Amino acid sequence: MTADRSAAAIAAIRINGVDCPVPADPRMSLLDLLRETLHLHGTKKGCNQGACGACTVLVDGERIVSCLSLAVQHAGRSVTTIEGLADQHGLHPLQQAFIEHDGFQCGYCTPGQICSAVGMAAELKRGVPSHVTQDLASDHVAFSPDEVRERMSGNLCRCGAHNGIIDAISETYAEAAE
Amino acid sequence: MSIAEEAKLAVRGAIQGVMEKAIELAPDSWMPGGKPDSLIATKHGSIGASVPRIDSPLKVQGKAPFAAEFELPGMVYAALMFSTVAKGRIATLDTAQAEAAPGVVLVMTHRNAPRMESMPVFLSAEKAGGGDNLPIMQDDRIHWNGQPIAVVLAETQEQADYAVALIRASYEQDAATTSFATAKRKGTEPGLFMGQPLKTEKGSADAAFKASAAKVEATYTTPRHNHNAIEPHAATVAWDGDRLIVHDASQAVAHTAWSLGKIFGISEQQVHVTSPFVGGGFGGKCLWQHQVLGAAAAKLAGRPVRIALSREGVYRLIGGRTLTEQRLAIGADQDGRFNAIIHSGTVATTRQNGMPEPFILPTMSSYGSPNIKLDVEVVYLDMLANTFMRAPGESVGTFALESAIDELAVSLGIDPVELRILNQPSEDPLKGTPFSSRHITEAWRAGAEKFGWSKRSAPGTVRDGEWQIGIGCATATYPYHRMPGGAARITLTRDGYARVEIAAHEMGMGTATAHTQVVADRLGLSRDQVTFAYGDSLMPGVVLAGGSQQTASIGASVIAAHHVLIKELLKLAGNDSPLAGLGTDEVGTLNGGLAKLDDPSRHESYVSILTRSGRDHVAVEGSASAPLETMHWSMHSFGALFCEIGVNSVTGETRVRRFLGSYDCGRILNPKTAASQFRGGIIMGLGLALMEETQFDDRNGRVMNPSLAEYHVPVHLDVPPIDVIWTDIPDPRAPMGARGIGEIGITGVGAAVANAVFNATGKRVRDLPLTLDKLM
Repeated sequence: MTADRSAAAIAAIRINGVDCPVPADPRMSLLDLLRETLHLHGTKKGCNQGACGACTVLVDGERIVSCLSLAVQHAGRSVTTIEGLADQHGLHPLQQAFIEHDGFQCGYCTPGQICSAVGMAAELKRGVPSHVTQDLASDHVAFSPDEVRERMSGNLCRCGAHNGIIDAISETYAEAAE
Repeated sequence: MSIAEEAKLAVRGAIQGVMEKAIELAPDSWMPGGKPDSLIATKHGSIGASVPRIDSPLKVQGKAPFAAEFELPGMVYAALMFSTVAKGRIATLDTAQAEAAPGVVLVMTHRNAPRMESMPVFLSAEKAGGGDNLPIMQDDRIHWNGQPIAVVLAETQEQADYAVALIRASYEQDAATTSFATAKRKGTEPGLFMGQPLKTEKGSADAAFKASAAKVEATYTTPRHNHNAIEPHAATVAWDGDRLIVHDASQAVAHTAWSLGKIFGISEQQVHVTSPFVGGGFGGKCLWQHQVLGAAAAKLAGRPVRIALSREGVYRLIGGRTLTEQRLAIGADQDGRFNAIIHSGTVATTRQNGMPEPFILPTMSSYGSPNIKLDVEVVYLDMLANTFMRAPGESVGTFALESAIDELAVSLGIDPVELRILNQPSEDPLKGTPFSSRHITEAWRAGAEKFGWSKRSAPGTVRDGEWQIGIGCATATYPYHRMPGGAARITLTRDGYARVEIAAHEMGMGTATAHTQVVADRLGLSRDQVTFAYGDSLMPGVVLAGGSQQTASIGASVIAAHHVLIKELLKLAGNDSPLAGLGTDEVGTLNGGLAKLDDPSRHESYVSILTRSGRDHVAVEGSASAPLETMHWSMHSFGALFCEIGVNSVTGETRVRRFLGSYDCGRILNPKTAASQFRGGIIMGLGLALMEETQFDDRNGRVMNPSLAEYHVPVHLDVPPIDVIWTDIPDPRAPMGARGIGEIGITGVGAAVANAVFNATGKRVRDLPLTLDKLM
């Protein structure tokens, strides 16, 4: 968070570049704010208890499950959802790779998988270790299928598109990581 | 069962038997598929191309609308309260606090719910789609632990969830039967499927088994499972006068519309069910009580309702696969040729539905044996109605059958692949009908070669550090089905574009993509000239997305509509056309128009025919032929599965290292989406093998793990790269030469994994899932 936030920015949540007012009901999750108030249905509700990852969004570039986070906590922060990934030039490269590798079937877990993978790639780049990282002391974590599979294990897929998802992520981020 | 009922069943069985015999003996040419679909011969069209999903740009951007994403003006949100006892009646139900809570619009209970009929239970009529036939909030009776007893409607979901927590209920409990073991001790009853007992015998299996030189006999058990589609069940419901509109997550829109009409006493035309996208189905996304409760509450409140089940709600309201206890006995001679197969056992079900998990199905067609005995017995429990889940019967039945074959191979010292090939039948093992197309042996050979099966070692002899390594194999199997009721509408416009409409479903199978390819080839158009519309009960056809039959049903429906289209176009073409004087049998569709079959130079384009006749468009409807081909031929898909696993010798943990499926499923319409369906089935099979179990409290009938944190499904780290290959040999009797592939993927996987575990450790586990405690 930056130090010089104005009062107006504190009262608002920046979502895909647009300021949105903080909801009056403090019980409202970030997920319900997105889906029910802002009609951004791309972020999905699969379990509403943090077990499936379908609601993953990026908050200031880090991935979180939006169902386990109250909307009011995010005043002054910047949220990117699946609707915010494509730009005027077209789809995000990872979205394109998901199409090419058939990284989904029903498409319900897909926005969460894609947002999660964007956040995960940044974690790898920062050298954040995971359960399968061999050298915990190193600043550098090598990109590998096992690292990706471990780090994406919080995003469930029931149609069984796992191979395509990992291939799409690897194609998009493996070279950049070298 | 009473004597009268038994007599009725016997008569019905006899009539069916005569019909079946007549269809078996009729000439091939009388049957659908008697003359193979002309598309089977086309080689350079759209069929067979790896086309990316038509809906993929929508899905990767989160723009595909699901049931809980329809916005209706004035819409309110529903929350449900569930009973906490299995049987009895509601003694007190205090809703005052909930009614007074902020934002609450309505609290509906049995005291104020509108009068409704029970759901017509699935398979009780052509379009019946209900998961149970119990009264829905019509009285104070409780039938299962988790039954909805109150619906709260409020302006926001948060307000509804809060208010439902303020309702207080107490119960007068009746004695309930919730323990499988207790129920079994009291005696079992024959399992009935669509009125017919799941019981068959050929020869004298018991005597033949006893007399066999080699024998294996064991009991295999499988637990309850839940579908766990990532999209929880949801419906957005509104009344427009006496018309009911339901935006549903459904694999059965026509069934749902008809059944809701029956429940609310209106015609099926007054019910409009849409389901453009379904976030996974697997047999679970049919009609259950939540759509009915949502519609009833919307009627009572006079407001549109969004009823989206919580994940716990899915476990309480939507049935899953029931448990099975199977006895599998194989008798063989010393060379391994089977003399007797006995597959029998017991499953749990309920009085309010009709679904005894038919685990004997794979044994009906996989292997030849002069003596076969099959029997499914049931016990009735006071529990949530169980239901269909991906490959009902085969998914769990293959675990017993394919494990037992592995055990026989071990005891005889025969390669399990060779044992399976040795016992291939030359005709349907029970009915004696010819196979339409059966190339399982080719699939075995190709799979074994690619996997490196010949490198297999003796059990317990391969190690990689603390990991014990093993490989195993099993057969996958699923029949070709086509259900009655298919119909489609084709609209051809003057600019040369075609739109096909059919009340079918897209749950991720790639329906719209594959059938855009098929329709393009059938009409001689390019894919971008074809629109495939589906997921709407106002469209023609009763097309269940189940039984892996949707592709065949759509294919046959479009074939029928295509015939009508040719007839109509010939009429419009008239005498000034190069086609003048030709009959419908002499003409086909080619290059965006009609052409004489044996002289393609006699051709006129759709654009020209419609322009000359002054028509803006032509619209036709066709109804699929009755699916007699399944009675005339034995039609089945098969697969050869290979699995390499490691079992940790310290922790007992099992990791799947490699998996290969080699399938014989007829022609593959789209290799990209087909490979995903095979892999998806295999991965659900890995879950069945290693971790999945709906835990059920035998004392009170309550599901104990109603969450994705406690019910484990395979995650990314559990899934190795999965190799999938296929024979791609068209089935001459199936539309497009294609047999459905939605369910075969899950079959056989449990046994392939268990057999690999045996090869790694020498331990035989006959109780799923194969958790580490069973390998310590």
